[in-house]
Amino acid sequence: MAKTTQFRTCPTTGLKVDLAAEKLIKANAVVAVVFLAIGGLFGLLVALTRWPAVHFLPADWFYLALTAHGFDVLLVWIIFFEMAVLYFASSVLLGCRLATPRWAWAGFALMLIGAVVTNIVVLQGQSSVMFTSYVPMKAEPGFYLGIILFAVGALIGCFVFFGTLVVARQEKTYQGSVPLVTFGAITAAIIAVFTIASGAIILIPTLLWSVGLVSHIDPLVYKTIWWAMGHSSQQINVSAHVAVWYAIAAMVLGARPISEKVSRMAFLMYILFLQLASAHHMLVEPGFSSEWKIFNTSYAMYLAVLGSMIHGMTVPGSIEAAQRARGLTKGLFEWLRKAPWGNPAFAGMFMSLVFFGFIGGISGVVMGTEQINLIMHNTLYVPGHFHGTVVAGTTLAFMAITYLLVPLIFRRELMFRKLAQWQPYLFGIGVAGISVFMMGAGTLGVSRRHWDMTFADAQLPFDYPSAAFLMMGLNGIFAILASLGGILFIVIVVGSVFFGKKLAEDEKPSYPEMPPAAAAVAEHGSAGTLKIPGTVMLVGIFFVAFVLYYFVNWKYLSEVWPLS
Amino acid sequence: MAITPPPQRIWWKEPIAKVELSWIIIAFVWGLVMFFMMIYWHGAGEQNLSNEAYKITPERFAEKSQAMIDEYTVREENYFPVVHPPAGSDVYLIARLWQWWPILELKKGETYRLHLSSLDWMHGFSLQPVNINVQVHPGYEMVVTIKPDQAGEFGIVCNEYCGLGHHLMVGKIYVVE
Repeated sequence: MAKTTQFRTCPTTGLKVDLAAEKLIKANAVVAVVFLAIGGLFGLLVALTRWPAVHFLPADWFYLALTAHGFDVLLVWIIFFEMAVLYFASSVLLGCRLATPRWAWAGFALMLIGAVVTNIVVLQGQSSVMFTSYVPMKAEPGFYLGIILFAVGALIGCFVFFGTLVVARQEKTYQGSVPLVTFGAITAAIIAVFTIASGAIILIPTLLWSVGLVSHIDPLVYKTIWWAMGHSSQQINVSAHVAVWYAIAAMVLGARPISEKVSRMAFLMYILFLQLASAHHMLVEPGFSSEWKIFNTSYAMYLAVLGSMIHGMTVPGSIEAAQRARGLTKGLFEWLRKAPWGNPAFAGMFMSLVFFGFIGGISGVVMGTEQINLIMHNTLYVPGHFHGTVVAGTTLAFMAITYLLVPLIFRRELMFRKLAQWQPYLFGIGVAGISVFMMGAGTLGVSRRHWDMTFADAQLPFDYPSAAFLMMGLNGIFAILASLGGILFIVIVVGSVFFGKKLAEDEKPSYPEMPPAAAAVAEHGSAGTLKIPGTVMLVGIFFVAFVLYYFVNWKYLSEVWPLS
Repeated sequence: MAITPPPQRIWWKEPIAKVELSWIIIAFVWGLVMFFMMIYWHGAGEQNLSNEAYKITPERFAEKSQAMIDEYTVREENYFPVVHPPAGSDVYLIARLWQWWPILELKKGETYRLHLSSLDWMHGFSLQPVNINVQVHPGYEMVVTIKPDQAGEFGIVCNEYCGLGHHLMVGKIYVVE
């Protein structure tokens, strides 16, 4: 190499950190948090408008805010943060120089330009087409152009990640196989390439259509391919936040995966089957066969769901094994009671795990059932579900690991520690409430993406049941809780990054607590002696909830008008 | 740890703990149950969405709908024609900015072939408070056989965002004894 790469050694973990990678991680994380703040603000405005007693924004602003909210948090915040995760999982965890930092910066610049362009175009008001921008509804060309630039930038980031893996292999910076967290990041990056390719296939023609070079885009084809991007991009999030769960469990508790083989198999199932999820959005469309719907919506017999259910046991299981090895062996749950609940990284991670499984996971499978979708499609149940996965799951997990990134990568002491302790609970419970009450309103039929549930100005009257209004009020209250949690997060993180006490080169951060690497639970109990009764109980409760809720919804379905 | 390479280089030969294996089997079997439940419902259940659909131009769909409206309109309500087609017949419902057109009057316990299409953008047929939700595309005509089993007045909300008047788009179906 012409240029020498500079490394520092992390005093906490002993990892070798490439300074070029470190800069990129910082830049991506900071921009991510900025867009989280912007998108979160739009989200609060949306929730306040859907609160019937408040009904905050006028209609045009509501649809504008909703478009911006979807784009900024679902895409921009999460993908920028994922770029940071990819560089961390490759360069830092493998102790390797980052391949082509210049390309990584070019990707970063493209993403930033794209995100800014689309935001400006949306704010101009002629592109309130929702994040999904279903044709033949047309946005300004800049709307599509910004998304395409953003996606190209993200694609470059993925290839820098893959390049770094190759460099690490060639320069033998690690022994044996890549760490599990890196494996999860590889899963995310592979799905990202598929996702971005789908996005290019549909958004480039749509851009040409919006400037008049293409005369017609079929709405059904658009929707199918758009969701090959839209839903698969959520699977990037799943892979990334599961990797983050493993990382936090390892860094905070020294937990080891119960079985490398099982956890890696579960990630592999994501790569093989998660891409079929476009079908979740096509279950009540014209022109598809039931065979196509059943096979695709179930990810080929629920094999990707199987992957998530496996992680649902192996992540808490590895935590329990680590805690028991530390001597917390009393009863079923001493390991859990005495877990570091005051450590925001752990608290956020564990809530993310529980909410993702119980709220986002179960509701997703139920809603994705071919026939049950009839009673949920495009109701508020849908955003209820994905706030459970993407916000309570992904965003909460990313917030949690940020509490480790600030001291380890930004090399600053965390400020406002008392507030940081409370932040994950405030945000987590707020988001869980949002999800549950939107799902409740959806079950009562309330439409998503809708400005006025009273239909005050409609030509024909219609009234939703009063319980639906209660649900939307509660949704508003929990949205305020979540927003407070979000604001706290931003204050703590931005404050610490810019004004926190700088750590000297070999100084260990005093907070959050991370055991020295040597204290990591050395070897997990061998297969025969592994004891995780608490986790078995938790998984059992999850399974019973899942089965009951699944069949309750078949019961609901059986009560609607017969149709065939 | 999960952030370091596996300590055993040949990690794929490690045995899988019994508790993990049991959960994998349970989860896999549960997946099969859910998979076959969808197939089972096609035979045993009464709520299955039809896959009958055709490509159609908005003009042609408007024509067919108008023919039905001309033949079976029984009264007017708020400038909407109220159409009472015979039981078992083909019934047309137009989705357009921002109306469900016309108002339908059906008989309880009878089946109808309901044709749905949009004349402009995408819309969402959301029958309330029954809570049946079907996507309506321009250029595609979907035919759903429905059998209203309750009498009363039902609303049709649009639940696919279709521009600034989206929240004004409400239709109506009467089901009479």
